[in-house]
Amino acid sequence: MTTTSTPTPTARAAAATADYLDQRTGIGVAVKTFARKIFPDHWSFLLGEIALYSFVTLLISGVFLTMFFVPSMAETTYHGPWASLNGVEMSQAFSSTLRLSFEVRGGLLMRQVHHWAALIFMASIVTHMMRVFFTGAFRKPRELNWVVGFTLMILGLLAGFSGYSLPDDVLSGNGLRITDGVVKAIPIIGSYMSYFIFGGEFPGNDLIPRLFTVHILLVPALILALIGLHLLFVVLHKHTQYPGSGRSDKNVVGFPLFPIYVAKAGGYFFVVFGVIALMAATMTINPVWNYGPYDPSPVSAGAQPDWYMLFLEGSLRLMPGQAEVMLGQYTLSLNVIIPAMIVPGVLFTLLAAYPFIEAFATGDNREHHVLDRPRNRPFRTAFGVSLLVAFFILVLAGSNDLIATHFHLSINDITWVFRFLLFLGPWAAFVITKRICLGLQRKDRELVLHGHETGRIVRFASGEYIEVHKPLDAHERWLRVQHDAVRPVEIEPAEDSRGVRRKGYRTDRLRQRISQVFYEDRVEPVTPSELEAAHHAHGGHDEIGSHDHGHEPAQVGGGQHLVEPDGETGPDARNH
Amino acid sequence: MSAHDNSHDLEVRDSNVVDRFEDPGHPDHQPRKGDTDPKANKKAERQVLFLFAVSVLGTIGFVVAYFALPPGDTAESMRTSNLALGGALAFALLGIGTGAIHWAKALMNDHEKSEERHLQRSDDETRAAAVEVLAEGTADSGISRRGALKGAVVSALALFPITIALPLIGNIGEDWNVGKLKHTIWKKGVRLSRDPNGRPIKASDVTIGSVFHVIPDNLEEHHETGDYMDQKAKAVVLLVRLDPRDLKADQSPAGETWSYDGIVAYSKICTHVGCPVALYEQQTHHLLCPCHQSTFDIADGARVVFGPAKRPLPQLPITVDDEGYLVAQSDFTQPVGPSFWERETK
Repeated sequence: MTTTSTPTPTARAAAATADYLDQRTGIGVAVKTFARKIFPDHWSFLLGEIALYSFVTLLISGVFLTMFFVPSMAETTYHGPWASLNGVEMSQAFSSTLRLSFEVRGGLLMRQVHHWAALIFMASIVTHMMRVFFTGAFRKPRELNWVVGFTLMILGLLAGFSGYSLPDDVLSGNGLRITDGVVKAIPIIGSYMSYFIFGGEFPGNDLIPRLFTVHILLVPALILALIGLHLLFVVLHKHTQYPGSGRSDKNVVGFPLFPIYVAKAGGYFFVVFGVIALMAATMTINPVWNYGPYDPSPVSAGAQPDWYMLFLEGSLRLMPGQAEVMLGQYTLSLNVIIPAMIVPGVLFTLLAAYPFIEAFATGDNREHHVLDRPRNRPFRTAFGVSLLVAFFILVLAGSNDLIATHFHLSINDITWVFRFLLFLGPWAAFVITKRICLGLQRKDRELVLHGHETGRIVRFASGEYIEVHKPLDAHERWLRVQHDAVRPVEIEPAEDSRGVRRKGYRTDRLRQRISQVFYEDRVEPVTPSELEAAHHAHGGHDEIGSHDHGHEPAQVGGGQHLVEPDGETGPDARNH
Repeated sequence: MSAHDNSHDLEVRDSNVVDRFEDPGHPDHQPRKGDTDPKANKKAERQVLFLFAVSVLGTIGFVVAYFALPPGDTAESMRTSNLALGGALAFALLGIGTGAIHWAKALMNDHEKSEERHLQRSDDETRAAAVEVLAEGTADSGISRRGALKGAVVSALALFPITIALPLIGNIGEDWNVGKLKHTIWKKGVRLSRDPNGRPIKASDVTIGSVFHVIPDNLEEHHETGDYMDQKAKAVVLLVRLDPRDLKADQSPAGETWSYDGIVAYSKICTHVGCPVALYEQQTHHLLCPCHQSTFDIADGARVVFGPAKRPLPQLPITVDDEGYLVAQSDFTQPVGPSFWERETK
C-alpha cells in the first residue's frame, strides 16, 4: 500500500489492526479476493441498489419509530397539541402516532422518511425486476436468484401492508376490514382464518400488536436474510453485463469494487437517503391526523391504498358481483376469490415461473452473462410488457373513482371499459411490442448492411443520383450482430429407426410447441457474408435473411443505398 | 439436465458459429478532461471538497433547526420544523453522496478492467470427491442399514412441532366461535341512536330525504365488556326516510312491516368485503360503497344495481315505541357484512 519507506503513524496503526484481524480471522484471503472484484457499470444496475438503500433507510427510520410507537389497541383519550382531536377516544397506537408526529422533534420527519422509503422500496424492486426480466438476466445460472428476488418482492408487499395498518387510523382500518372480507371469502376455512388473524371477531384487540411483531421482526428478518442470499449470489455469479465490444460470457468488464464502487455505491446510499429526506421534508404523506382514529362506521370517499396495493383494489372493483354462487347451503364468493386471489395468483405465478418456462422453450443449457437487448427477444419483451399492461390497468381500475371525479365521467362506464381492457390491453400490448421489437431488429440489420445516412448525394456519370452511406465502425456493428437469434428447437422423431415409440417424445413435442410460440418470428443478425454481399449489391435489391413466419426471406429497405465509396466498392460494382 | 438438451444447445450454437463477426475487442479508453488538463483536475477536486463541505453545513443546520424550531402547537410551526429538519438532513446526506460519486467519476482511475469468469458447476473431480465424502458419512452413520432408526428420527422431528402449534392455534382465534358472525346486539326494543353521540332518534325528527348514521342504544354497555369495536363493526346502520310513494319495496316478508312510514334502516356494512356503505344519493335513492363502488337501491330493498357485491344490504326491522322513538323489532334476520362459507347454514 504505502510507497514511502517510512510509514506514517496512521499506516502503521492500520497495518497493526490488519495484522490483528488477519491472525484471528484470515481476512486477508477475503480482502485479496473481493477488494478489487470487477463490477460492470450501467445506470440500470442502480435500480437494485435503490431497493437496498431504501431498505437500509427503512431500518434506520423504523428503529427510531419503534422507540415512540405504542402497539396497543387499548382505548385512551387524546390530549395534545393537535387541537381538532383533543378529547377524542382512540387507541394507544393512534395517539402514540400523533405524539411521535407532533411532540417528538424530528418524529414527523422520520415517519415521513419511513413511509416514502417504503414506497420507493417497492417501486425500485419492481423496476429492478423489470430490468432483470427484459434483459434476460434471470437466465442460467441466475434462475434461483430470480426466485429469491421474487420472494423479496412478496415480502416487501407484506412489510408495506403490515406497516401501513399500524397507526390504526380510519383509512388503514378500512383496509384491514377489506382484508377481513377477502379472508372470509376463502372456502370452508375463511371464517376461521379471520378469527386466526384478528384473535376473534374483527377488529378485536389483538391485531395491532400482532401486526407489529410481523412488521418489525418477522418480515424484516426474512428480508434481511434473503437480501444477504441475493447479494451472495451476485458475488458468486459475478454481475451480468450489457453487450458490447470486448464483453463476452467468459469475462466481466468494469471497475474494481475498491475504490470505485466503494465511493460510487457508498455515495449512492447517501443520495437515495438524501432524496427520501427531501421528499419527507417537503411532501406530506399519510396525514393520519386528518383521517382520525379507526371507527367501523365512517369511511371517506376517494381513499386509495399505497400504490403497490392498488392493483388488488382495482381487481376487486372490476369483478361483477354475480359471480357469487351457492353450493347447497354454503356460500362461495367467487366475486371476491377471483379478483383477490386468482388474478394476483396468476400474475405472480407467471412472473415467478417465467425463467423456467423460457429455459424449457429454449432448450438452452448454457450460462449467460451478457444481457439481451430487449428487441432481440421479441416474445419475452412482448410478454413482459403485456404483464405490465395488465398490472397497470388494474392499478388504474383501483383509482376509477378518482378518474371519474377528475374527468367528470360515469364510474359505471369507466368500470366497464376497464373490464374489457383487462383482456384486450395485454393482448394488444403483446402484438404491438413484438412488432416493434422485430422492427427494431430490422432497423439494426439495415444499419449494419448499409450504414448511416450521411445526407451526401452523389451524381454518377450516367446521371443517376444516390445517397452515400457511412458504414458502421466495428464497435457499432458488433453491438448489432453479437447476439444469437434463438430458433425453435427441433426434436427427434416419435419413433426410432426400428419403429419403436420413443420415451419422452410427448415432453419434447410440448417443448417444440412452446418453442415455436417463443421463437417462430425472428430476425437473424447480419453475418459477414451478408455484409460482403451487400457491399457488392448496392441498390434496390437488398435481400436479407429475415425469418418471419417460417423461413421466407423478407424484403427490407429497398431504397437507393450506397456505402461510402472506397477502393473495392466503387459505383461500378452496383450492377454485379 | 439431460444430455438430450445439450444436443439442442449445440445445434443453436453451431449453426451460427461458421459465419459470424469477430468481437472487435475493448474500445480505446476515452480520456476525461481532468486526465489531460491539470486545471480541470484541480477544479474537480475543489468541487468534491465543496460538496463534502455542504454536507457538514447541512448537519450543522440540522442541529440549529432542532433547537431553534420546535414543532410547537400549530400546523404552521410543525410544518416549518419538519421542513427545516428535513431540508438540512437532505443537504447533509446529498453532500456526502454527490461528493463521493463525483470523486469516483472525475478523479479516480477510470480504466475498465476485465476479469475472467468460470463455470458455476464444480469440476468432475470435485463432484466425485463430494459424492465420496457423503457416501462415507452415510456409511459412518449406518442410516441405510438401520431402517427403524430412520423412521424414529423422522417421526420425532415431525411430531414435536405440535407442542408449539397446539397452544398457539388453540388460543390465537380466541374462542373460535364463528357463529358470532351471524348475530349483532340489535334485539327487540333496542332504540336507534345517533352515531357517535348516542342520542335516540324520534321518528318525527326524520324528515323525508334525510340520512342518519345509527348505532344501537345498548352499544354503550360494551365499553365495559371490551368488545365495543367488534359489536359496533357489525351493528352500524344507515337510516333513510323516503317519500312512502318512492318506496318500491323493502325486505319485509309477507304479513310484516319492517319500515315505518317511509323510514328504512339497512346495515351499513357492505356485503362485498365489508366497507361502511356511506355515500347516499338523494335523487336516485342509491347508496354507494366508496371502496369498490357497489351500488344499492334503497327504494328497492337495497338491491344491488352495480358493482362487485352480490347480495342486498340486510334490513333492520324497525318500528316506534310508546314515546315515539325508533326501535328495532329484532336483530337482523340474516348475517351482516361480507359473505362467508357457512353464512346461510342454520
